[in-house]
Amino acid sequence: MSNKFWKSLLVITICVFWGIFWGINGFAQEKPFTFALLLVGPYNDHGWSQAHYEAGKALEQESHGKLKMIYIDKVNPADRPGITVPQLVDELVDQGAKLIFATSDDMKDGIREAALQHPDVYFVHISGDDVLQGKAPKNLSNLMGKMIYGKMMAGFMAGLVTKTGKIAYLGPLINDETRRLANSAYLGARYAWTKVLHKDPKKLKFSVNWIGFWFNIPGVTADPTQVTKNFFNSGYDVVISGIDTTEAIVVAKQFRNQGKQVWAIPYDYKKSCQEGGDVCLGVPYFNWKPGYKHFINAVLNKTWQQEWLWMPPYWQDINNKDRSPIGFIVGPTVNKKIKTALANFIEQLSSKQIQLFKGPLYYQDGSVFLRAGEIASDKKIWYSKQLLKGMQGPSSAK
Amino acid sequence: MLKSYYSLINKWLIALVCVVAVTSILLLFAHTPPLTTYKLLLKGSLSSRAKLARVFQVWVPLMLCSCGLLFTFSMKLWNIGIEGQVMLGAIGATASLMWISPHFAPWMCLILSLGIAFILGALWGFGSGLLKTSGGVNEIFGGLGLNFVAQGLILWLIFGPWKRPGIASMSGTKPFDVSLWLPHIHRFPVLGMLLALIIFILTAILLSSTRQGLKFKALGINPKAGKLYGLSPTANTLIAMTLAGGCAGLCGFFQVTGVYHRLIPAISSNYGYLSLLVVMLANYKWWPIPFISFFFACLNVGSIQLPLILKIDSSLSGVIQGICVLVFIWVKQLSVFERADDT
Repeated sequence: MSNKFWKSLLVITICVFWGIFWGINGFAQEKPFTFALLLVGPYNDHGWSQAHYEAGKALEQESHGKLKMIYIDKVNPADRPGITVPQLVDELVDQGAKLIFATSDDMKDGIREAALQHPDVYFVHISGDDVLQGKAPKNLSNLMGKMIYGKMMAGFMAGLVTKTGKIAYLGPLINDETRRLANSAYLGARYAWTKVLHKDPKKLKFSVNWIGFWFNIPGVTADPTQVTKNFFNSGYDVVISGIDTTEAIVVAKQFRNQGKQVWAIPYDYKKSCQEGGDVCLGVPYFNWKPGYKHFINAVLNKTWQQEWLWMPPYWQDINNKDRSPIGFIVGPTVNKKIKTALANFIEQLSSKQIQLFKGPLYYQDGSVFLRAGEIASDKKIWYSKQLLKGMQGPSSAK
Repeated sequence: MLKSYYSLINKWLIALVCVVAVTSILLLFAHTPPLTTYKLLLKGSLSSRAKLARVFQVWVPLMLCSCGLLFTFSMKLWNIGIEGQVMLGAIGATASLMWISPHFAPWMCLILSLGIAFILGALWGFGSGLLKTSGGVNEIFGGLGLNFVAQGLILWLIFGPWKRPGIASMSGTKPFDVSLWLPHIHRFPVLGMLLALIIFILTAILLSSTRQGLKFKALGINPKAGKLYGLSPTANTLIAMTLAGGCAGLCGFFQVTGVYHRLIPAISSNYGYLSLLVVMLANYKWWPIPFISFFFACLNVGSIQLPLILKIDSSLSGVIQGICVLVFIWVKQLSVFERADDT
């Protein structure tokens, strides 16, 4: 064969090997970073879990292939009997997850155990406080948005709109977080009732009923549909939901269809108002994108530091999807006057002209929560030991 | 002899083919590739040592409950109340660990806790038996009722006297100290496996080689004839229910000390109900129990791959388990096997 043939063959061979080398190398470089979510409810629950799911999906899509999200939903003993959080973490790690978000307070014990078993994987426990308590291993951080402000806005709307002066709070289980949020809603409602409408605080009734978990588990929790119906049948005309699913808004719509003047305020998920139309006063929601992004970047840039991160709203625009970890969407049929009042309220919260967690404030049993003039620290608000004086409902299980 | 083995293998083979066929059709209807699904179930349960350890974590409670059910099934009793018996065992284990752990060494606490779990489970089973023998309440209804009572009791304890400080949540009681966890070796629940094996061997011996086993069988086949031979259906019903409850109580002990390390509302993980299927699939015989329990445990553990990879619901494993039992019962009824036995 000619010399030319051998030369050509050599060139082709080199080209092929060069191509394969760069191909493999390029592939290795473009292998996406995998992060995982453990969702407590269904990924499409129109509530808490869907808010997490959509934040992760948005980050995945915006990364143009650099991020990959995997998830397991319905992570709770009722939906997945016999399955434990460490077991699911093993599965996620097998699928290549390097950062795992555990998105429920109930996963606290399991995720701590998993973090100890996988020291080379990073974990973020949403809504937990293991870092504050000094119980977390170095690869475990905590993340939460300052929903206290969202709940204040919800309470404010309820306080402005109620005709009967009876506002109900559909609570999940009882712990520091849920007491803190119920208290915030009450403070918002009280502010609207007394400072905007100038009504007698004694005529405002704010009741909390806890169902026992973040969503309905037949036979285990109280039925949120029934609890909401009971509220409306007892003269409460606004129900603020503290649970992860949409029963409050669904029941409110049923009552409205029967001609009753009632409203509801769902929780967690930006599009929750779509379920209820004109009965929806608005929704305080979580936007997990900024928080997720913060921790993903920390792992990718190798700047991970254990954190307890309680992210405040981005006050310039609380509905900014890239910057604000919590937001509030006003209901579709809320009138201009109320919208303006809410905008002023938000403005004053932002500038700290209004400080709702400012003393004197008392717990239900009459003990002092904040002395006169005292402004609560984050830690004091975080660990709300009781509901506030003026609220009805249990502060702890009997 | 050879023919009988041939018939047995033939029977299982046909049952297996039917199960695969029916499940595959269902999967195709759900637009899910059957082969990938089976591969995932297998990979999800047996592809690593950690996964195998998880399988054994499910195998242990299934074995314990199934052994208990063998006693009651041999008397033709439907012990639906096994779930409640698991719960009572779990309550007993939790209570004893809470109360005695400050005063005794951890290993002593675990042994005491095991004993109390057995006794409480046994008492709950005895209660179900008593409702039948003294009150004339069918064991199915009595058992179901007691299951609800047990569930209510667990919820009351978790939301009430045993709640975590300042918290009322169905996430359960405060986790026990690591020293009170049932030890695992390389994640394998070896002590639980040992316990399950011991109970299995004792069950097999009692049912196949003792007078008591024979009494159960005789009364199960024909209670009237048994009575004529001087056997007491009442006493034996109570014995069978008590033994079943005891085994279920041990399952509750394992769930508390070996799996969740605390009491949670769903502590039984439905293993009682699942064990009913295991024993039915085993045709109420003792020897296939470990294998069927293992198969069901693999399905349970492997099924988590389905939502993770295929985005389909993991309850499919429950569908497969149900189909297994239905198809097996159907195949058993087919006269072809009767003919094969005759020839």
